[in-house]
Amino acid sequence: MNAKVDQEQKNPDLVTIEVDGVSMEVRKGAMLIEATDAANVHVPRFCYHKKLSVAANCRMCLVEVERAPKPLPACATPVADGMRVFTKSERALAAQKGVMEFLLINHPLDCPICDQGGECELQDVALGYGRGVSRFTERKRVVEDENLGPLVATEMTRCIHCTRCVRFLDEVAGQRELGGIGRGEHTVISTYVEAGVRSELSGNVIDLCPVGALTSKPYRFSARAWEMLSHAAIAPHDSVGSNINLHHVRGKVKRVAPRENESLNETWISDRDRFSYQGIYSEDRLPRPLVKRNGEWEEVEWETALEVTAKGLRQVVEAHGGGQLGALISPTSTLEELYLLSRLVRGLGSANIDHRLRQADFSDQAKAPAFPHLGLSVEELEAQRAVLVIGSNVRSELPIINLRLRKASLAGAAVMTVNPRRFKANYELAVDHVVAPQAMVRELAAVAQALLDAKGEPAPAGFAELLGDVKPGRVHQDIATKLQEQEQAVVLTGALVESHPAGAALRALAGLIARLSNARFGQLPQAANSVGACLAGAQPHRGVGARKSDQVGLDARRMFEEPRKGYLLFNVEPEFDAWNPSAARKALAEAEFVAVMSPYATPDMADYADVILPISAFSETAGTYVNLEGRWQSAGGVAAPVGEARPGWRVLRVLGNLFDLDGFDYQGADQVLDEIRSAVGEAAVPAAPAWEPVVNAFQAQGLVRLGDVPIYRTDMLVRRASALQATVHTPAAAVYLAAATAAAVGVREGQQVRVRQDGASLELPAVIDDSIPADCVWIPAALEETGVLGPMQGEVTVEAA
Amino acid sequence: MRAVRDFVNSFLLVELLKGLSLTGRHMFRRKVTVRYPEETAPQSPRFRGLHALRRYPNGEERCIACKLCEAVCPALAITIESHEREDGTRRTTRYDIDLFKCIYCGFCEESCPVDSIVETRVFEYHMERRGENVIHKDQLLAMGEKYEQQLAADRAADAPYR
Repeated sequence: MNAKVDQEQKNPDLVTIEVDGVSMEVRKGAMLIEATDAANVHVPRFCYHKKLSVAANCRMCLVEVERAPKPLPACATPVADGMRVFTKSERALAAQKGVMEFLLINHPLDCPICDQGGECELQDVALGYGRGVSRFTERKRVVEDENLGPLVATEMTRCIHCTRCVRFLDEVAGQRELGGIGRGEHTVISTYVEAGVRSELSGNVIDLCPVGALTSKPYRFSARAWEMLSHAAIAPHDSVGSNINLHHVRGKVKRVAPRENESLNETWISDRDRFSYQGIYSEDRLPRPLVKRNGEWEEVEWETALEVTAKGLRQVVEAHGGGQLGALISPTSTLEELYLLSRLVRGLGSANIDHRLRQADFSDQAKAPAFPHLGLSVEELEAQRAVLVIGSNVRSELPIINLRLRKASLAGAAVMTVNPRRFKANYELAVDHVVAPQAMVRELAAVAQALLDAKGEPAPAGFAELLGDVKPGRVHQDIATKLQEQEQAVVLTGALVESHPAGAALRALAGLIARLSNARFGQLPQAANSVGACLAGAQPHRGVGARKSDQVGLDARRMFEEPRKGYLLFNVEPEFDAWNPSAARKALAEAEFVAVMSPYATPDMADYADVILPISAFSETAGTYVNLEGRWQSAGGVAAPVGEARPGWRVLRVLGNLFDLDGFDYQGADQVLDEIRSAVGEAAVPAAPAWEPVVNAFQAQGLVRLGDVPIYRTDMLVRRASALQATVHTPAAAVYLAAATAAAVGVREGQQVRVRQDGASLELPAVIDDSIPADCVWIPAALEETGVLGPMQGEVTVEAA
Repeated sequence: MRAVRDFVNSFLLVELLKGLSLTGRHMFRRKVTVRYPEETAPQSPRFRGLHALRRYPNGEERCIACKLCEAVCPALAITIESHEREDGTRRTTRYDIDLFKCIYCGFCEESCPVDSIVETRVFEYHMERRGENVIHKDQLLAMGEKYEQQLAADRAADAPYR
């Protein structure tokens, strides 16, 4: 025992200090406040935050240290061996009370109308350390408000200059959009110019602000902190599965706040996860089931609607066979819904079920790993020394993953990209290789060739055709060297690989590059349950647990390109969610029977659907999400469903019973989950994929359209969040092209151009944008206007209108 | 001895005469009974009757939807919903008081930072239909308008002691 203690004392990384008479061991170099926090000794503070750099400008954390001539700020005083600290001595308290009095000099007394009231750090600390009556009789200072955009409301008079927001945007979000100007009483936090805060993580400054200077605009004045209930939930917009808390009053979600999870989202969440709740209460929420009778929509009882649905589906299956029924489900649905729908559809004798709505190339699906996996844990990502990102705007697809990549980059990692567009990164990229979509395969082949050349190996079996006779250039060799020389390296493929017509070839090459450079290989699944959907069996070639299924159905793309007689759409708006919206529209318009299960009813749905069943939106139903590391996370339903909407799993359960299918008698969502768990079993994290070579399926002549999904257009819910739609991140519908391409096509900036794609045609203004490579035009997908066009990536013709 | 005295007393109706003498005395005293409803008892400026929402002299409603009254109400009788009005101020969209739940403790009035929710001197009211026990914002504001003079005078009278 004694020997052990001695050993600990000798530990060179620890020092012993005494806080309020209690001795404790602390990591060397730690700040005093870290020690007191760890020991649950409360020291008041405003500017200190464990995830931000130390500023020590609020002075609230002054404590008495023995032999120090004056009180020291705990947040900026490193511990030293034998230090004796008093946090509650007379001297410490006098210092803290003095600071508090100065802080309150200029702080307005508008707590009753302040949204921070009740959860305000200044209020709390003032209660403990403030005077009952102010001795200050002079005028209080007034500061003009800043316009920070549609998400963050400001009341700058309340600001106490802790600079947490400034430090967050600079250090974490990587966008120095706020700063302090002026000195002393004239200090103000400002955007310098009227620019607003545009970071995709801007909402976090609301949580960071210790006072009510920065508050949420969509939430403004709608509730009070003390009346809301908080329930844990999982963010439904990207595959990270950020942990969140839903704050709700009387069954209505009022706001979303991050829940700390060091291994996923730390203490941050993206604006998409924070503000999307607005979509739950959008005007087109459907309160009661709708049935189309003789071309007229009628509101009906649930019972009738379910019978009409069952009858319609049965007729399709009986008249044309199960193969004529196609089911599409959004990968943002819960695991339970994905599982039950796949069971229902398979029970009806069809294997046509898919969630990979935005995927273009399915030729490698049989050999693909069980589910798209990051290849490592989210935490490990920041320890990587070299990262090659292929076809991904990580910052918009998975903002939290981008944070980790940024950390890696700041720590010296070489983050490299091969993208069809120069996306704005908030850290330095070692290589930012921008190539047109039609050149992606060739460029990756060149990187692979550079690795082979370095190793002096011939092309592995089957890859000869894909590699062809590419000559690696300097940039390829650069990427190859950087990947090869680092032990901790990873190759990631993103959304633009998924929606690339030669996606299989790109994945194979990315896999090969990873293998040759001894790097890990990972994919960036896009939606909250892209992974869960694979495990739940919501794909045509694999059943539950991603086990091979006997009957292979049509994938999402072919289901529309080879029109079916009947469709079942679950949480899907094909005009925005499908890879090829024009084909989807055509197929749905010609179908005999289309059943839609969706929380919303849109005019488009009214055109093609025969019955619309209102199901619960996010937060109203219990559900499970599997994230990109394969982590299962469940959350209960907390909000009251709007109108007569019912949880999706319940609707599917009743439909199953109407078809007399076995085993559809679930009492609760947890029973469904238990069944999935036992069916999936120990589906471990898939091993690195053995991509087999494929041929390049995409040989484009002429212009190619590049259409990625803007950050706030990814799914039904976020598309209806009005505040997010008002940000700069939803681009105008236009044809964005490089100056050279514009000259070749013969269009000028601002001119109307006619876009033709896959039989669809649209007139849009032209915008010259240098971030886009030659020979391709960028037309964002999933916008109101562009929802009629063809494939997200594919051939397109553009001419002056 | 005592038994004999009791017997004589009861025989001579002494108790009865004592009672009659008390009644007789009161017959000629000043009457203290308040003949309600023709007469009412005097009320303190702090009287806690039916609620009202006050306005400022310029007609602007005082309530800023801080919800302190809702939070302090021990009977959970108050329900408030708030929003941002077009002019950017914080206002209520709903202000309901359930008079069946209310215990007239006056905490709402105490907690109000802008003297908006007050209790008037009105104590004579009734409901005829189910649901009328919940009074809404417009009714409360109307009460405030009707009794503003009295309310302002009462608050002025009580101000020195607050």
